[in-house]
Amino acid sequence: MNIEPKSQTTKPHAASSRAAHAPAGTSSAFTKHVQDKAPSAHAPAGTPSSSTKHVPTKTAQVVLALLRKELLVELRTLESVPGMSLFAVSTFVVFHFALHRSAVDGDLAAGVLWVTLLFAAMLGVNRLFVADAEQGGFDGFLLAPVDRSAMLLAKVCALLAYLVVLELVAVPAFALLLLGPSLGQALPGLVGVIALADVGIAVIGTLIAALAVRTRARDLLGPLLALPLLVPVVIGGARASSPLLAAGHAGGPGGRWLALLALYDLVFGLIAYAVFDFLLED
Amino acid sequence: MSHGAAETAIGVKPDRPRHGEVLQVAGLVRCYGEREALGDVSLSLHEGHTLVVFGPNGAGKTTLLRVLATLLRPHSGSVRIFDRGLPEEAWAVRGRIGLVGHEPLLYRELTARENLRFHARLHGTPPARVEALLDALAMTDRAEEPLRTLSRGMVQRVAVARAVLHEPRLLLLDEPYANLDPTAIALVGPLIGGESGCTRVVCSHDPTGGLAEADLVLGLRAGRPALLRAAADVDPGEITELYR
Repeated sequence: MNIEPKSQTTKPHAASSRAAHAPAGTSSAFTKHVQDKAPSAHAPAGTPSSSTKHVPTKTAQVVLALLRKELLVELRTLESVPGMSLFAVSTFVVFHFALHRSAVDGDLAAGVLWVTLLFAAMLGVNRLFVADAEQGGFDGFLLAPVDRSAMLLAKVCALLAYLVVLELVAVPAFALLLLGPSLGQALPGLVGVIALADVGIAVIGTLIAALAVRTRARDLLGPLLALPLLVPVVIGGARASSPLLAAGHAGGPGGRWLALLALYDLVFGLIAYAVFDFLLED
Repeated sequence: MSHGAAETAIGVKPDRPRHGEVLQVAGLVRCYGEREALGDVSLSLHEGHTLVVFGPNGAGKTTLLRVLATLLRPHSGSVRIFDRGLPEEAWAVRGRIGLVGHEPLLYRELTARENLRFHARLHGTPPARVEALLDALAMTDRAEEPLRTLSRGMVQRVAVARAVLHEPRLLLLDEPYANLDPTAIALVGPLIGGESGCTRVVCSHDPTGGLAEADLVLGLRAGRPALLRAAADVDPGEITELYR
């Protein structure tokens, strides 16, 4: 038989490495592979294969293609963002009646805002990979010779976009329904706090969503894993925005809480980058 | 099992020139938990030739295809495609493999054109190739409709276009003609049939049709090879026997 003798055992998950996943457009080995690709000598009928030129795909192009696809699917299905926004507004209405107060400010306002945003974000996190898992998008992506981290980046960007839309609806609704002090003065500082917290929610949410989506109990597992990891984000966001939402606008966002948020974003960004490939692979 | 039939000349029809080996599988084992889905599969396939895999449901055909497509890792044994070992060098072969599986690997909410352009971007293929394939598969008129509104046969045509978008040299085809009418089969033939010139691994339940396009036949039963021989030496009755 024209085969090698039985070779070494390949244990599952044993040989995977980031290098083996070919950072598209940057790896010399990958570039060589593309150059090695023999030009087709068998042009399928009706196709200009002989003139078709395949070029190595840059990671940025892959991220853009994935992000465009994400936003198109969301625009067509409206499965995540409207649900997140409606949930947030409904929760503020419930708080409005449950707290039995005409207005809130300071710590309480910050707590209500951030807990609501967190739970609303979980709805988007739970749906983040569903289309890919149910419609074969994972396999389609894995069959392409591209850097796996492109999907992480695209999903983080997509979730960030959903969060921005959510906050464009939720923050004015919060100001209208619950917040005592005027939002105007607090807004510039609040935007900074929200931006830092959003990055953390998006990175951790994407990581957990990728982990949970292939399990049968993904709707339960996602929040169970994500919420404890997101508690520091809520604490940092609430503490940093508390002085902004205090009566008389007590000052700017707390610097050390902003630093905590930034550090948390950085740490989980690196963790996500390191492990994301393994979550996608068999 | 007729392992001996897989000697170097296996699968080479008299009128075909011999080329290098595209596929070399030795002692392949793949498990799902405790259950062995594929066991001790060994074969080699030359460039431009077609391996047809027969076997009842659950015999391991799809698992074999997914291992060859780099989507599943072999748990034991070795798999080499284009002289690259899997899974270590999977990145080097992915752009040269086209897979048509049970699932179209397309997004239902996107149109045929959007789906194909998305995959074209992943593979670095120019948009003109997408238009040419839509035209070749007579899908241009329906290219702007969401996939969820198309018939299964039309979705299968788009799935074929996706699989050949990047002009792969190895085609992995899991019952590729399912849901296709005779006209559609004629349209996809030049892309994924024998005339494509690609090396092919085809899963089939059709003994007559499968044998007609095979150079090499692999019969699987409960994940183990029960038949491995040149197609010219296989009787359709032996294939039917696999299903009993």
